[in-house]
Amino acid sequence: MNSTGKVIGIVSNLVTIQTDGPVAENELCYVYLGDTGLLAEVIKVNGDKAFVQVFESTRGLKNGDRASFLGRMNEAELGPGLLSSIYDGLENNLATMEDIFLRRGERTEPLDRNRLWEFKPLAKAGNKVVAADWLGEVMEGWLPHKIMVPFSFTGEYTVKSVKEAGAYNVDTVIAVLTDAHGEDIDVTMVQKWPVKIAIKSYLEKPRPQKIMETGVRVIDSFNPIAEGGTGFIPGPFGCGKTVLQHAIAKQGEADIIVMAACGERANEVVEIFTEFPELVDPRSGRKLMERTTIICNTSNMPVAAREASVYLAMTICEYYRAMGLRCLLLADSTSRWAQALREMSNRMEELPGADAFPVDLSAIISNFYARAGMVVLNNGKTGSVTFIGTVSPAGGNLKEPVTESTKKAARCFYALEQNRADQKRYPAINPVDSYSKYLEYPEIKEYLEANVENGWVEKVLTAKNLVRRGKEANDQINILGDDGVPIGYHISFWKSELIDFAFLQQDAFDKVDATCPFARQKYMLDLLLDICDRKFDFDSYEDCRTYFKEMINTLRQMNYCEFEGEDFDKYRKDLNTLLQQNGN
Amino acid sequence: MATKAYRKIYTKLESITKATVSLRASDVSNEELAVVGGRLAQVVKTRGDIVTLQVFAGTEGVPTNAEVTFLGAPPTLKVGEQLAGRFFNAYGEPIDGGPEIDGEERQIGGPSVNPYKRRQPSELIPTGIAGIDLNNTLVSGQKIPFFADPDQPYNQVMADVAMRADVDKIVLGGMGLSNDDYLFFRHAFEGAGALDRIVSFVNTTEDPPVERLLIPDMALAAAEYFAVDRNEKVLVLLTDMTLYADALSIVSNRMDQIPSKDSMPGSLYSDLAKIYEKAVQLPAGGSITIIAVTTLNDGDITHAIPDNTGYITEGQLFLRADSDTGKVIIDPFRSLSRLKQLVQGKKTREDHSQVMNASVRLYADAQNAKTKLENGFDLSDYDLRCLEYAKDYAVNLLSIDVNIKIDDMLDTAWKLFAKHFSKAETGIKQALTDKYWPER
Repeated sequence: MNSTGKVIGIVSNLVTIQTDGPVAENELCYVYLGDTGLLAEVIKVNGDKAFVQVFESTRGLKNGDRASFLGRMNEAELGPGLLSSIYDGLENNLATMEDIFLRRGERTEPLDRNRLWEFKPLAKAGNKVVAADWLGEVMEGWLPHKIMVPFSFTGEYTVKSVKEAGAYNVDTVIAVLTDAHGEDIDVTMVQKWPVKIAIKSYLEKPRPQKIMETGVRVIDSFNPIAEGGTGFIPGPFGCGKTVLQHAIAKQGEADIIVMAACGERANEVVEIFTEFPELVDPRSGRKLMERTTIICNTSNMPVAAREASVYLAMTICEYYRAMGLRCLLLADSTSRWAQALREMSNRMEELPGADAFPVDLSAIISNFYARAGMVVLNNGKTGSVTFIGTVSPAGGNLKEPVTESTKKAARCFYALEQNRADQKRYPAINPVDSYSKYLEYPEIKEYLEANVENGWVEKVLTAKNLVRRGKEANDQINILGDDGVPIGYHISFWKSELIDFAFLQQDAFDKVDATCPFARQKYMLDLLLDICDRKFDFDSYEDCRTYFKEMINTLRQMNYCEFEGEDFDKYRKDLNTLLQQNGN
Repeated sequence: MATKAYRKIYTKLESITKATVSLRASDVSNEELAVVGGRLAQVVKTRGDIVTLQVFAGTEGVPTNAEVTFLGAPPTLKVGEQLAGRFFNAYGEPIDGGPEIDGEERQIGGPSVNPYKRRQPSELIPTGIAGIDLNNTLVSGQKIPFFADPDQPYNQVMADVAMRADVDKIVLGGMGLSNDDYLFFRHAFEGAGALDRIVSFVNTTEDPPVERLLIPDMALAAAEYFAVDRNEKVLVLLTDMTLYADALSIVSNRMDQIPSKDSMPGSLYSDLAKIYEKAVQLPAGGSITIIAVTTLNDGDITHAIPDNTGYITEGQLFLRADSDTGKVIIDPFRSLSRLKQLVQGKKTREDHSQVMNASVRLYADAQNAKTKLENGFDLSDYDLRCLEYAKDYAVNLLSIDVNIKIDDMLDTAWKLFAKHFSKAETGIKQALTDKYWPER
């Protein structure tokens, strides 16, 4: 019998409840507004008073209104049908809601209960199994979706029976397992898991072994992210965070993409579910929507559910990872989630940390990032969750608690810079300040040597250094004047501009330039380094500028053309002609 | 309402601050309205039997024995076709001497649209101002503020945009408008003969600041009526959102909340988002577009109000006085329309986005040249050409007094390119320069 209670205080969506029995931290409850149950989560208990955050508007709620506790935490329902769906932070299916407006207390099933799935058994009676072992599979579109021993099962079980192949709905018992005490347990295609707890039903979590391609040059070549790695994109507004994230979502080399729109604009979500069903994934030839799930808690949706939305997204990724898939989680923006934490902490009148954020912010963020990673499953196969979060630092100042906490947790740092955005140098990732720790991993180095070429990492570092030197030269030119420095400074500056314009910058809205496969990245970087290796001779800095501008223009035209197509070759020849005039 | 027959009157206030009062009361619901000594108030907090009310008109002169009655419902607005052409105060009461509205009573600050039911904005809103149409194209269903210093003519620009925009209804939400600006809007609307498609909710500087908190929700409740019930295209003008945020900070301060950046409440982002996210393109054809004003303190966009706004809205239009030409321009660097690519080159000519990018890039080169000049360095031939171009660009395209069609803006830009630069210097795709580069 679960506890019940009565409302005794309300401040915005923080409601205090006088309880009549035991309640657990993070336990869910309904607070009743008439007959409508508003879902809420316990965030603090003091004596017999439970402080709950209500996931919806508390308008009209009164002291004395009743509440009933559910005896469980916020759980995700996991099973076939998650893919291509669009959920709110509490896993209500937004597509099956009828009204134009979100009605309070409205709940919809995450999974279609009637749809039949073509089931194929993978386990046999007598098999010994543990949590996350595969019992069977159904085809979820293109994806062989594994039906697993629920993650919540502890210890070893014996398969008593598995349903024969056939079409069943998700609630059909597809296997019966016997536990150590000889008790039989039914398993359906659906399992539940509390979103705030990491799914750890795997053998081990090794260090990342390879990189995940995104088709974005400044990421893949300059600051690659590993499969199972973590990265974050901080930047002031208007610097192209969203465009960059969408580019990664479209082009990222992953089987499953989960996008958590956390406290961001609704129109950005609309863009995804309008465009993704049309766009084709070049690697698989399938529509992008077929590999995408959207978790959507836009900025006008209930603040308390922001936190739930990122955890739900992570849980879904971990679920698919256990099927041996490569998942990519994109969360935009983790700052909004941190702000939601701040609002609640403020209402509970807790002592604030820096910038009024709760003091455990750093711990919460690093715990969350730690859930990403590549894992070896019980059957020896691997799966991965790669996580890229965006951060929206107040005033664009990176010295603020969310950015600083995230920097400690994430391994890749893609700093978007106002100055670059002002000059329309997109993506506005600062080439000098940004980093990928993975370039230092021996495993990743080995992978790049084997898959790209020997000495690739050194090449990348050389290019980075050229950019850095160019920046320094430019600083000198700005201080001393064009005439006040030797011509070599100008050449050094323009070499860095060459790399910037022809390689680091990329037009996300151009059909061809938007995505750049690794082979093409390598071709361009080789070409640029070859140019930068040459010695140039100019009479004046004016000549230097004109010459390099022409070269940059030609290289940019190449970026807009089909790789090694007719036009591409024409511009390549133009470039050769230019190089014959100067440089040797 | 059945409960209306009997209302308990309370006469003992436990505490009073400048914006709030607290008293012991029972059976009170969250966000319900009340009347405190004749002034409208709203429940913001209950703890045990202590209820805290935010008094919109301020608490000056409220005694501890003031009469308090609870009205049993949150703030509402009566909606109907009759709203058009009328002026209201923050409570939705007529201030133009006309009759009360006889319409359906609706709660303001209602629920949000299911994101899945939204449609992607795709209709261009032309304004004739090249700094907007060419560089930062507006789209119906968008939300975008003007960022401007208090001395910029933002209200005039906004009125121009509203008058030229092809929409069915315009809803003005004026917060802390000076009486002069209120009359300016009134005359502008009347002069354009557009009064019958305009609804105004106005709080002037003479009214209590906390009342402003009701204005955006009132304006948007009216907008939702026309957009959802009548499938109309509605443009909402909100000026000045900085004063709205200031009112928020007053209330949160009086309620002893811990302030975050710039003494703003920690919930500023959510509070602003709730308003701006009402902008929507609906499946049945109706839409709400929001153009707002956020005044800045000496161009400082890192202050919490513009900063949070920028993260919520779909871009911003930055007004700046250009000292080289004496014009007020829409700053191409700091301005942005996030939805522009939904219409650029799709609803406008194919060369739109490349021309826009090239013109801004060259303008950036001119800024570098200017820096050099200011630092006393010699300028190259290219620098000089950039500076000349920048002047032409500011006068013929960026200035807010430009009023031409988008194709003319593009042609003007090509002419400026040809006048000052070579094809290679513009860096535009060759297919486009072949087609559009003007012959000398």
